[in-house]
Amino acid sequence: MRHNAAMRIDVDTLPALARGCSVLGAGGGGDTYVSVLACTHAMRECGPVDLVDLDDLPDDGLIMSCGGIGAPTVSIEKLGSEREGEWLRESLEEVTGRPVVAVMAAEIGGGNGIHPISWAARMRLPFVDADAMGRAFPEVQQQTMEIAGIDPSPCAMTDERGNRVVIRTADGHWLERLARAAAVEFGGTASSAEYPMTAAQARGATVRGSVSHALRIGRALEAPDDPVRALGEAIGAVLLLHGKLTDVERRVAGGFVRGSATVEGLEGHRGRLLQLEIQNENLVALEDGRPRAMVPDIITVLDAETGHAIHTERLRYGQRVSVVAFPCDPVWRTEAGLALAGPGAFGYEFGYVPVEELSA
Amino acid sequence: MSTAIDLRLGIDVGGTNTDAVVLDRADGLVAKAKRPTTADVSGGIAAAVDAVLSAPGVEPSRVTHVMLGTTHATNAVLERRGLERVAVVRIGRPSTTSVPPLMMWPDDLRVAVSAGEAVIGGGLEFDGREIVPLDGDELRRFLDPLAGSVDGVALTSVFTSVSAEHELAAEAIVREVMGDDIHVSLSHEIGSVGLLERENATVLNAALRAVAVEVAGALGTALASHGLEPATFFAQNDGTLMALDYAVSHPMLTIGSGPANSLRGAAYLTGLRDAMVADVGGTSTDVGVLANGFPRESSAAVEIGGIRTNFRMPDLVAIAVGGGSVISDDGVGPRSVGYRLPDEALVFGGATPTLTDAAVAAGRAEIGTAPPQAHHASLMAGLERADGMLADAVDRVKTARGDRPLVVVGGGSVLVPDRLPGVSEVIRPPHHDVANAIGAAIAAVSGQIDRIYHVGESGRDALLAQAREEARDEAVRAGADPERVEIVELEELPLAYLTTPSVRMRVKAAGPLLS
Repeated sequence: MRHNAAMRIDVDTLPALARGCSVLGAGGGGDTYVSVLACTHAMRECGPVDLVDLDDLPDDGLIMSCGGIGAPTVSIEKLGSEREGEWLRESLEEVTGRPVVAVMAAEIGGGNGIHPISWAARMRLPFVDADAMGRAFPEVQQQTMEIAGIDPSPCAMTDERGNRVVIRTADGHWLERLARAAAVEFGGTASSAEYPMTAAQARGATVRGSVSHALRIGRALEAPDDPVRALGEAIGAVLLLHGKLTDVERRVAGGFVRGSATVEGLEGHRGRLLQLEIQNENLVALEDGRPRAMVPDIITVLDAETGHAIHTERLRYGQRVSVVAFPCDPVWRTEAGLALAGPGAFGYEFGYVPVEELSA
Repeated sequence: MSTAIDLRLGIDVGGTNTDAVVLDRADGLVAKAKRPTTADVSGGIAAAVDAVLSAPGVEPSRVTHVMLGTTHATNAVLERRGLERVAVVRIGRPSTTSVPPLMMWPDDLRVAVSAGEAVIGGGLEFDGREIVPLDGDELRRFLDPLAGSVDGVALTSVFTSVSAEHELAAEAIVREVMGDDIHVSLSHEIGSVGLLERENATVLNAALRAVAVEVAGALGTALASHGLEPATFFAQNDGTLMALDYAVSHPMLTIGSGPANSLRGAAYLTGLRDAMVADVGGTSTDVGVLANGFPRESSAAVEIGGIRTNFRMPDLVAIAVGGGSVISDDGVGPRSVGYRLPDEALVFGGATPTLTDAAVAAGRAEIGTAPPQAHHASLMAGLERADGMLADAVDRVKTARGDRPLVVVGGGSVLVPDRLPGVSEVIRPPHHDVANAIGAAIAAVSGQIDRIYHVGESGRDALLAQAREEARDEAVRAGADPERVEIVELEELPLAYLTTPSVRMRVKAAGPLLS
């Protein structure tokens, strides 16, 4: 199935794409601001980037699925250099012995959905209209290729100095552990490319069309009178609660920021309370102790006025928000998908119920 | 400064008017004056200061403290006026080159300010290690050809919030190459975590140095003419004070002090700690919210003259409605006659219909002579439009349904009707016209830290105690009474996705001036 005719991502496309990636990020995936600037700079120097469907790439062409790994707070301070993409490609080509034909974002959500475009621009490679999550997830192995049984190794990592490591691990969980430790040594953030695969493999192992999907979302939020309705029409998002953030609590546990946020209903939703449980991304939304939406479905907090998604690290007391939820890619609703990224994978005892059923 | 507090002189230099007030030890208002702001700043300051110091009941020699708030720095950026030439240095290569310095600046501002930009080797990791050692030779090579042709240098190093060592070492090199007289702005004194925003603010800070010197000079001259040498403070964007000598080298910190002062002044004048506040000036109206006596701060990145910074500013809705807003067939504003109101408004015999004329025609105010009947219909239409814009602004700042009080302050407050949708009561406190200057005069002194700490063996509680202590010390160093300093804001943000626990802490302490 062809998802998208050939199109280009240029400097003017970036703001809408960034808005869409933020909505798909479920509160995670990193801020898009710096990534948009890095892409703008790269495109001013090297020109726009072709967005390609996997069907338009040669069957045996190597896809570099990549992104940043580490602390978002570090990445707004220690920005990347211009060369990480090249170094990742060199490492992958060295160990696989094959040329990379296209770049793909491993994670469409947040800044990670945008940043690899700057690398594609600098390498003058096309960018694949797909990703490995259809949203953002906290851990490296929470990718659709893991479900499809593709080997995460070899994984290439690099920093802005050109330090490089290639990791071969027994499985995706070990990759998460070792890559996370390497990222800390690199200075809190690193760039990585994992699950190397051919275009033929990628066709059945990725979330297809997710870049154009993000772009559609971003355009729907261009200047909406009613952001929630615009998202409802564009992607079937349902409004969980419109209100004000009255409590934000964060703590570190096992290297992740866990926490919760309480939204108190305003206007038509007065008297209602929504509790958001967070592990970097918004995982579960509870009302009166009962889930209204849960991972792997996507829960996003929107600024009530602008409709822009608010990153979990930027949630602050008093913000007026609309909390929306919408379905994840169907692959996450399979048994294997839920084992990898369902509520149980995040330590919840309740079973998964799709958001459409919870709000029916 | 150990002078015992007696009389305090509060001054607000706005775009239209310069206001001055004198408060006694019990915060009672002794005198107030409002004079037009002059193009050279000093004329307006001198006139307002002269007026209050010669008021009955004011003995000038008893003035021990002066607090000045100004929007002058903001206006200088907006109007690209009086800005200095700055050499822009980022310390961070090979990191950070994916986004060059000043990349998103409007061209005209970049041309006016930047004498050249360099990203040199250096900078730190979040855990204090060096990214690479500071490349002093690279810095010298960049600065050499610029010596003599720039007024200042802005230095921004990666993770300077962890340690300022590379900025301080680079400053020593700048002084070696360019001499001791060159102004150097260091980013760790200006902004918080977020390299690009802090860099922008640091470059603007260096560019605003002359503007700050101008205002400080005008104030000094005005005070000297009365034989006064009081302890002098500038108001900051958070509504607290910094000492004059610090303000002169940190003018960026005065940005946003105007609205913060008017909100604090409104709290003082009404005794309310939670209310909405509309500050109606000559050109625009800011509507903000008092929460627990302090301005509610915006969580969004603040843009100044099209440049993104990471300052915490009062959360405001600004609309182009003010006493000088011009009424035409197209509606009302954004054009304003500003400080020329006394010459141009109909009520003063001028030829330009303004909102002040409309307020008089509608019977909301008695100023000058009634505007000609021929203008009546269009004046009423303009006023109705302004009322609608105001009601909308009030609705947008409100965080709860239901009617709440609105405190109206500022020179143009006669425009505001007695009834507005969503407002339980329009409160016009006495002396509302000088709320900004009062806000400056009653302000507390604050100290703030924003740093990344590593949660080692000492544990989180020890770090928290250390961070509070450091913020408290900063406030005391700035002149606050050590006995009465309180922690007014504390934010703890753990860094995600790291196996070694680290936490970013933002702590602000504030207290009244040591008396």
